Amino acid sequence: MAMDVYLFYLLGAVAIAASVLVVGQRNPMYSVLLLIVSFMALAGLYVLLNAPFLAVTQIIIYGGAIMVLFLFVVMLLNVPREDPARLFGGSGTRRFGVALAVALAIELTWALRRLGAIGLRGELPDVSSVRLIGRVLFTDYRFAFEATSVLILVALVGAIVMARKES
Amino acid sequence: MVTFNSYLVLSAILFSIGTAGVFLRRNIITLLLSIEIMLNAVNLTFVAAGRFLGTVDGQIIVFFVMTVAAAEAAVGLAIVIALFRHRETLNPDAFTSLRW
Repeated sequence: MAMDVYLFYLLGAVAIAASVLVVGQRNPMYSVLLLIVSFMALAGLYVLLNAPFLAVTQIIIYGGAIMVLFLFVVMLLNVPREDPARLFGGSGTRRFGVALAVALAIELTWALRRLGAIGLRGELPDVSSVRLIGRVLFTDYRFAFEATSVLILVALVGAIVMARKES
Repeated sequence: MVTFNSYLVLSAILFSIGTAGVFLRRNIITLLLSIEIMLNAVNLTFVAAGRFLGTVDGQIIVFFVMTVAAAEAAVGLAIVIALFRHRETLNPDAFTSLRW
């Protein structure tokens, strides 16, 4: 086996294990920190997929910005540790949720197994070039790019209005 | 050489973990974290598809997904803070009325 196969299985195992621990963790602080580990593993997978710029963006935006926002809120609220009995809700809800998640996993795996092996369809000229990404982003996707700025403005105003204390 | 199917299976497993988290946990912050796991599973699918189809579009879509995720986290956490101020709890079962 080649090096990239080992790396794929290693990073995939880290991502899955960290994600399972995020869901199973009682302290939200540990959940957030484990999710950062999962995101780092995904960034490694992006490097394997020949998208290093995206990997760096993943680390900066997800690991650096979004997760710090989550950590900030967890520390701000100073949430007490969850009662272990109430960690997963009622037993009926729990059984239903587990059944649904397992059904989804089986369904997706079954669908993917029927798909047959898919190989490389084409090779990118120079995938790692930021120039190519920038050119496509600012020409083919210029409307989506501009719409994103409106979305961020709305989110900014919405977050301030929502979190403000009513006086 | 890792095939496209391996990435799809990994992405499906991560998405299922996120779904299980949304159904199982009774803590709003963990629910939001589970949604982030699901968004990242979809991102992995986009990047892998872009890689194996030989286009850069998959990576562009992921940038937009990241932006939406950031906006969602900001607004969602603002709602969590507003709810916590009213009820002093993060259990979504406690928030059953639309106004109080």
